[in-house]
Amino acid sequence: MPKYTEQEQEVINVHNVFWEALANRDIDLRFSCCSENVTFIGTGLHEKAANKAEYRIMNEKGVNQFPEPFQIDFIWTNISMFHKQAVVTCEVIWKQSINGKISSELVRSTTLLNYEEDAWKIVHVHGSVPDYRLAEGEYMTTEKILLRNRELEQKVFERTQELGKSLAELKATQSQLIQSEKMASLGELTAGIAHEIQNPLNFVNNFSEVNVELVAELKLELEKGDIAEAIAIADDIAINEGKILQHGKRADSIVKGMLQHSRSSNGINEPTDINALADEYLRLSYHGLRAKDKSFNADFKTEFDASMPKINIIPQDIGRVLLNLINNAFYVVAERQKNLSGLEETYKPSVTIITKNLGDRIEISVMDNGNGIPEEIRNKIFQPFFTTKPTGEGTGLGLSLSYDIVKAHGGELKVESLSGEGTTFVITLPNLNIR
Amino acid sequence: MRILIVDDERDIQTLFEQRFRKEIKNNELVLAFAYSGEEALKYLDEKEQHAILILSDINMPGMSGLDLLSNIKQKYHRPPPLVMMITAYGDEENYNTAMKLGADDFLTKPLDFNQLKEKIKNIHHD
Ligand SMILES: Nc1ncnc2c1ncn2[C@@H]1O[C@H](COP(=O)(O)OP(=O)(O)OP(=O)(O)O)[C@@H](O)[C@H]1O
Ligand SMILES: [Mg+2]
Repeated sequence: MPKYTEQEQEVINVHNVFWEALANRDIDLRFSCCSENVTFIGTGLHEKAANKAEYRIMNEKGVNQFPEPFQIDFIWTNISMFHKQAVVTCEVIWKQSINGKISSELVRSTTLLNYEEDAWKIVHVHGSVPDYRLAEGEYMTTEKILLRNRELEQKVFERTQELGKSLAELKATQSQLIQSEKMASLGELTAGIAHEIQNPLNFVNNFSEVNVELVAELKLELEKGDIAEAIAIADDIAINEGKILQHGKRADSIVKGMLQHSRSSNGINEPTDINALADEYLRLSYHGLRAKDKSFNADFKTEFDASMPKINIIPQDIGRVLLNLINNAFYVVAERQKNLSGLEETYKPSVTIITKNLGDRIEISVMDNGNGIPEEIRNKIFQPFFTTKPTGEGTGLGLSLSYDIVKAHGGELKVESLSGEGTTFVITLPNLNIR
Repeated sequence: MRILIVDDERDIQTLFEQRFRKEIKNNELVLAFAYSGEEALKYLDEKEQHAILILSDINMPGMSGLDLLSNIKQKYHRPPPLVMMITAYGDEENYNTAMKLGADDFLTKPLDFNQLKEKIKNIHHD
């Protein structure tokens, strides 16, 4: 679409010829555009012309003073059409070489044209300097504006770079924090693991010692010729060997589980026994907290759906989610117990894990009977770094990481909480084997 | 002499029965087992004062060994059974709490059975 109507274009043409003629020092051409009654008001205090003759004299003086042609650049032009009348407003940059120096100036002009007989003629010109004022009485020249713009651009560029750097630093710090959160939860786990591993190792050692004694006794009985007793002892030795093997394997699988946890999220999807996973992390969490705080004690229960199918998940990732949720749950029930009022002496801290097979999906719920999550923070708990725990006790990353992990598994993490009754976090995971 | 052993690890039974094989065979000792604090209390309710010595783990889900200890010491007087506490973490805090609650002795895992046998013998001779 053309910028101007045909009529508008005619007006613009006259207007532009008028200004370019001045730049080219062509006074005759310039005044051929003007009406006989043209008037002029300029930027200077006494720059006024009441008629064409006065205006022309003014222009001729100027041309004599600065004979070099100008260069003019129109920055913008605006036109308003009335009946046989038009107003053109524009801003131009004048570039002029004075004594070998380029000086440029921003000028605004408002030009009134009338349609006289068969042509558009300029009847009034009003020049002014745009009010990009710095301080009272001081105006900015185009040079200064351009310079200022360049400075601003440079500043924007520097700021952008700084911001980019801060963003990169923030990201690095965040991933460091996430890493240290992983390490912290590994540390908590290690305490639990130490306890879990100590028991089977004790059995391995104890049963081995018993067997050494039993072999000596077995020899004695054989020397005595008491075959029946010898066989009884041999049976016990066999049972004990079975126990040694069983507890050795138990320790083995705990260590393997620990390695899996530390290998973190480069894990792969594998069909996983959800009940066994939940049970494992419940015990690890419990013993981890016990190792940290000897006075800690809470009841924990499981209500596992026996029909739970194997679900395709990254077990150590969902394990981390469970660990976070269970740690949070044990924390709140322990807190509630510490701050019991006299009325609640019968309070029993308790954490329950419930699994449900719902066909195309499964549910794992971590339920506690703590004080619940206050209404006003319920929409904040999944935000990274949100924590109500004292400094050093919580990073506030537990739930946000958990949320991300569950989302990455195509599942959902939801919370239900009743003030004074407790909180239940529900993980829902799709069972992709059923379609 | 009857000893009640309280631990959530079931294989404790096999281990004790083997370790005290001769004593059991010679009718010097009778061993009873409970797998939680709650179960132990139930056992004591039913056969009050039958057990002379109670050996209890501290670290158990549900009622902890320390809860069991304070329960026993408050409930069973004249003469209360001896209670020895066993824990995986041989730390001051548990030791002090157990002593405050009236524990008669304190053992750490892994159990030294020879030491335990000595202690049991001494109870016999008192
Ligand atoms: N079971 C719960 N009952 C009541 N409030 C909870 C429960 N779980 C989480 N919250 C609230 O949500 C906040 C955020 O939990 P989140 O697990 O993200 O971080 P955190 O536990 O504070 O710290 P971190 O897990 O990093 O150690 C907690 O500080 C607590 O206020
Ligand atoms: Mg947490």
